Amino acid sequence: MTVWIKDGEVVDPRRGVRNDDLTVEKGRVAGILPRGAFRRSGEGVRVIDASGKLVLPGLVDMHVHLREPGEEYKETVSSGCRAAVAGGVTAVACMPNTVPPNDCRAVTEFILKQAAGAGTARVYPIACITAGQQGKTLTEFGDLAAAGAVGVSDDGLPVADSEVMRRALEYGRFHGLTVISHCEDRSLSEGGVMHEGVVSTRIGLPGIPAACEEIMVCRDISLARLTGCPVHVAHVSTAGAVALIRRAKEEGVPVTCETAPHYFTLDHEAVAGYDTRTKVNPPLRTPEDVAAIRQGLADGTIDAIATDHAPHSPLEKELEFDRAAFGMIGLDTFLPLVLQLVRDGVLDLPEAVRKCTLNPSVLLGIEGGGLEEGSRADLTLVDPEMEYRLREEDLVSKSKNSPFIGMTLKGRAVLTMVGGRIVWERDGTHPDSR
Amino acid sequence: MTRFEHKDLLGMGQLTADEITYILDTAESFKEISTREIKKVPTLRGKTVINFFYEPSTRTKTSFEMAAKRLSADTTGLSAAGSSIVKGETLIDTARNLQAMNPDIIVLRHSSSGAPALLAREVKAGVINAGDGINEHPTQALLDLMTIREKMGRIRGLRVVIVGDIAHSRVARSNIIGLTKMGAEVTVSGPPTMMPPGIEAMGVQVVHDPREAVRDKDVVMVLRIQLERQKAVLFPTLREYSTYFGLDRGMIDRAAPGVLVMHPGPMNRGVEIASDVADGPASVILEQVTNGVAVRMAVLYLLIGGSKRDGMD
Repeated sequence: MTVWIKDGEVVDPRRGVRNDDLTVEKGRVAGILPRGAFRRSGEGVRVIDASGKLVLPGLVDMHVHLREPGEEYKETVSSGCRAAVAGGVTAVACMPNTVPPNDCRAVTEFILKQAAGAGTARVYPIACITAGQQGKTLTEFGDLAAAGAVGVSDDGLPVADSEVMRRALEYGRFHGLTVISHCEDRSLSEGGVMHEGVVSTRIGLPGIPAACEEIMVCRDISLARLTGCPVHVAHVSTAGAVALIRRAKEEGVPVTCETAPHYFTLDHEAVAGYDTRTKVNPPLRTPEDVAAIRQGLADGTIDAIATDHAPHSPLEKELEFDRAAFGMIGLDTFLPLVLQLVRDGVLDLPEAVRKCTLNPSVLLGIEGGGLEEGSRADLTLVDPEMEYRLREEDLVSKSKNSPFIGMTLKGRAVLTMVGGRIVWERDGTHPDSR
Repeated sequence: MTRFEHKDLLGMGQLTADEITYILDTAESFKEISTREIKKVPTLRGKTVINFFYEPSTRTKTSFEMAAKRLSADTTGLSAAGSSIVKGETLIDTARNLQAMNPDIIVLRHSSSGAPALLAREVKAGVINAGDGINEHPTQALLDLMTIREKMGRIRGLRVVIVGDIAHSRVARSNIIGLTKMGAEVTVSGPPTMMPPGIEAMGVQVVHDPREAVRDKDVVMVLRIQLERQKAVLFPTLREYSTYFGLDRGMIDRAAPGVLVMHPGPMNRGVEIASDVADGPASVILEQVTNGVAVRMAVLYLLIGGSKRDGMD
C-alpha cells in the first residue's frame, strides 16, 4: 500500500517549502517528487489531495502533562494523545509529575504501555530527577533510560539543591538523558499567583517576580559551565532569562531552552479579569517580555516551542484565583499560535516548523522531525487559511482549561499520520475526529 | 447623575466620579436616621441581605448588619467557620445554594482577591465586596471619602498621604482609586518592602519616609500593620517599624494645619499610630466608623434599586 499525498506544499526544516508530492510506504517517506512525477494509481495507492494544504512533519511537543497515572479525570495518555494528533502533534514528551510520579521503571513502562494501547501519538516519558520529586536523591537514570525515558526533570518542584542538580547534569549525560529544568526559585515565588508588576499591583494579586525564574536560569547556566554537561531550560518566559541564555550560548555553555505559545501570545493583562484559565506557572509576563521571547525565537536563542499542556478539571479551576491550580492546555492550540508567529513575521515557516519538530527531536535524542526520503512518516496536513472561533467543544483534550476559548485562530490540522497510519482526519471520516 | 445601575459593588474601579458623588450624597441623607430615637426606616422592608464573612471581621460585619437593619432589611450572617466551607464546599457551590434561597444582596468578605467577582458571576443577587484579599474594600474607601468631604468640604485638590503596608492593603488600593478619581493628590508612604511595583501607574507619588511624606498634607491615612505578616520579613521588628514608620505627634506637626488623621481600624496603638495622635484633635477615626453605617445603607439602598424609585424616606 502506497499513500500519495499530492499537490501540497511540503515543509521540511532543512529543505524549506517545496511544491512536492510525497509518497509513503511501509511507515516511511518513500519519495519526495516534483508534482506530476508520481503517476501510479489504482489498486494499492491511496491518494490524499493536499492542494491548498501544508504538509508538515508531525509536531514534537517536548513538554506536556498527560496526568496518567493518578489524575485520569483530567487527562489520560489516550485522551492526551488524541488531542495531540488532532492538533498536528505526532510525538509528545510527558512530564513526570503524575500520581505517583514517574520516578521508577514501573511508571515509565506503564505510561508506554498505555501509549501503545492508545495507538496514536508517540509518547516519550520524562522521568523524575529525584525520587518522588523530593530533591534529595537521584532516581535510577540508567534503569529509567533502559525502560524508555528520554529525559529527566523534577518539573514544577525544581531541584533546589545545587549539588543535586550538578550531579544530575553529570549523571544524566552519561545515560544520554536530557536534563530539563523548570527554573523557579520557590522561596521567591511562594504565595505568588501571577506576574509581579503593574497588573498584579492594580488588581491586588500576589506576584511572582521575573527574578524568580532568572535566578535559577543563572544557576543552571553556571552548573552547565562547571560540568560541561548540557541543561535544557523549560518554558522560558522573561526577557532577562532570554538575555542570560543568549549570552551563555555565545560563551559556548551547553544550554538550550524552549518557550510555550502563551508566552509569545498573551501578557499579564489577560489575568485582569481573574479568569483562572490564565493562571499558569511561569506566569504570563509583560508585553516587553513577550517581545523579548519573540526576539529570542527569531535570533535562535530559543531552540524549541513546547506547549506545557497542563490539563485541569473544573475542580481545580472553578475556584478563587489564588486557590486555583496553575496550568493551561496547549495541544489543541499549538499549531495556530505557531503559525501566527509566521504571519507576524517573527519566523519564516521552515524555521517555525524546525522549532516544533527537528529541534525538540534533537534535544530529546529521538528520531524524527523532518520530511525526507526515509523519514518516519509522522506528518500532518494543515489548512493554513482555516479561520475559526475556538469553542470549548472544539477542544479534544479531556480538560477545557484554555484561555484561548472565544478567540479567533487561524490554521488547523486536517489530517495526521503517525508511522504512515492515518490517526486523525478532521472531515469526520475517522471516528476520533467527531 | 440620577441613576445607579450596577448589580454589584465589587470595587472602586467600577465607579465613575459622578457615581461616587451620588453614593456619598445618598449616604449623607441617610446619616441622620442613625441619630433618631427610632433608628429605623421601612425602605428595604421585605428585602434579604446575607452577610457572608469568609474571613473574620468585627467592625465591617457589624456595620453592614446595622446598615441593613436600619433600613428594615432582614439579615442573616454566615461565617466560614460555621458554614459548609469547612466541609469542603467550593465558593461556587455555596453561592448557588445561597442563590437558591433568593436573597437580594450578598455581602462578601473573602481572603482571595477577585472572589466577589466570581460570586457575582454565579448569583442573581447583588454582591457587595466587603474586602477581598489584597484587592479592594470599596465601602471602606467610600466611608473615608465621605468623612473627608464632610470635614474638609471637598475632595478635589486635597493632598492625601497613605502610610503603611501599601502592597498588602485593600484599603490602600480602594482609597487610591477613589481619591484619584475624585481629584485628590495621593502620596503613598512606607518601607520599600511594603511598596508594590508599578504603584505609580495608579496615579500616586511614592515617598518612602513618612516624615517627608506627611509634609503639608491635608489628610494622613494610616494603615494597620498586620502583625501576622511579620514572618514574611517585611520589617525586622515592631519596635523598628514604629520608630521609622509609626505616626507620632512630631509628624503631625509637619502636615498642613487642620490635617485629618484617619485609620481604618483595628488600630495597633503604639505601632503604626501613637495613642496621643489616635485620640488627638486631628483624629476622625470614630467619625469614620459612624459614616461607615451611612455609606453601607446607601450602597444597599442603591443596589437594591433605590435609584429607580422617586423619593425615599
